[in-house]
Amino acid sequence: MSALRTPFFWGLLVLLGGVGLLPILNGSDSMREDIFLVLMLVILASSINIIMGYTGYVSFGHIVFFGLGGYVAFYLMLNHQVHFVPAAVVGGIVSSLIAFLLGIPVLRLRGAYFALATIGINEVVRSFVTNFDPFGGATGMFFNYEVYNGYGGSKNALWYAYYAILVVALLCAVSSLLIKKSRFGLGLLAIREDQDAAQVLGIDPARSKVLVYTISAFFPGLAGAIFFFKNGIIEPGPAFDLLRSIEALVMVMLGGYGTVAGPIVGAAVYEQLRAFLITNSTFSSFHLFVAGFLLLLIVLFVTAGLVGWLRQRAPRLRRYLE
Amino acid sequence: MILQVQNVSKRFGGLRALENISFEVREGEIFGVIGPNGAGKTTLFNVINGVYPPQEGQIFFRGQNITGLPPYRIARAGIARTHQIMRPLGELTVRENVTVGACFGRESLSLGAAATVADEVLTFVGLGGKAGVLASKLNAAEKKRLELARALAARPSLLLLDEVLAGLNPNEVADMLAAIRSIRDNGVTIVMIEHLMHAVMQLSDRVFVLDHGAQVSEGTPQVISVHPKVVEAYLGDPKLAQRLLEGLE
Repeated sequence: MSALRTPFFWGLLVLLGGVGLLPILNGSDSMREDIFLVLMLVILASSINIIMGYTGYVSFGHIVFFGLGGYVAFYLMLNHQVHFVPAAVVGGIVSSLIAFLLGIPVLRLRGAYFALATIGINEVVRSFVTNFDPFGGATGMFFNYEVYNGYGGSKNALWYAYYAILVVALLCAVSSLLIKKSRFGLGLLAIREDQDAAQVLGIDPARSKVLVYTISAFFPGLAGAIFFFKNGIIEPGPAFDLLRSIEALVMVMLGGYGTVAGPIVGAAVYEQLRAFLITNSTFSSFHLFVAGFLLLLIVLFVTAGLVGWLRQRAPRLRRYLE
Repeated sequence: MILQVQNVSKRFGGLRALENISFEVREGEIFGVIGPNGAGKTTLFNVINGVYPPQEGQIFFRGQNITGLPPYRIARAGIARTHQIMRPLGELTVRENVTVGACFGRESLSLGAAATVADEVLTFVGLGGKAGVLASKLNAAEKKRLELARALAARPSLLLLDEVLAGLNPNEVADMLAAIRSIRDNGVTIVMIEHLMHAVMQLSDRVFVLDHGAQVSEGTPQVISVHPKVVEAYLGDPKLAQRLLEGLE
């Protein structure tokens, strides 16, 4: 827990919390929506980083946990009138549970095989949900407006969703830091560097990997629950959107994989860039082209990403920038 | 007996890497393992520390059967090893590498306690000044010492050293020999694979000879260096054996 006494921890809290407070302070709806999206992407990118950046396992289809959490919570809110906070927590727990069960066989795979398997999982779950009647099948589920009455109307509900995503984003970022600076995290980094050597040094790779996969599935589960609560409608396509998964990977690579700040910076920069491109008449139809090109440039020239590059360039920064 | 290897065989397809190997290692001794390239020495280590389970035979560590246990269980039981081909955790610092050894070794230390042990061990192997450097940036000799430091940080009761002297210059060899002696004097039993004959003959209490996966001989350096098969298969020149032995006095 000594990570909680470092300047980086407080900087992280102040910066992320401060940005999160802006729309609350000025009450702007459009700013709230912008920052909601950034915070959600921070959660997705940071959770992918926990398994990919620390452990070296590229979870391509990580979005499956976003969709699962969303579906479980939506189902509970719609059919059992569960309040959205406990519903979201259940959504997160179910995501983790499924990650735990899938992780036992799938994390035996290494490298590209694991990455492919996670895509497969996402597609399987999407197909299953599309044909699963309690979840509304292919048309999904939607709220009527009465659901929001329990939260003081739909306008208020949007604020509740915003507070929730802010809390989860902070939790996710702090967890990411705590994991990286812990004994468990050191074991993960050792697995990332050389799994066989790690095992000879006394680390049980199977146990560590399943545990970290379980943790990394929790936050996207919560984020999905909050996002679809706010959305009022959930369908298989947007819930299990592989594209969003890939965009989150780009954010991790852009900011710097294996660092705590990297995915946060990456999510913010990527979202700004995307917003600019999408509203710019010249680029609007091919922002994904730009995203792909960006990924190519990072992988070829700045493998460490923005934060990683800074850490390499100025080793003195390492104490302050995790 | 700290280690008992009983009738162990390991084959890879048609290749007999180890055939019916048996020996015992006593608490507190340095046990040398020699043999030409491809004799099965590293395979023997891999079988002892659980990287490959043997097809036949059993291995006991302090009377407990460890045959077929995964490497991390064997590491936690108190057997540490170094690799002939160094395996640094490249993107971690030297100190972090050694901390991993201390955290997950025999004593399962907390992160803070492990970092203290890491610094002690790094000073002992002479890498104290490199603690903050990324392991991938070390040269070959330093990586060898890092391997040793990482294994020592686990506070093992049995240490398997796989050619820690290979590729070192004479000064570095002398330093390493002194280090190995001092490790043994601190109560750690050592099994070492080594090509450098004068080192094995000087350091070992007993020597075990492997050739083509089979046990050729076992005994004190004096006995081994005059064993006809060893002289023929390994030393070549009987007079060389005599000269090596003189290093003992």
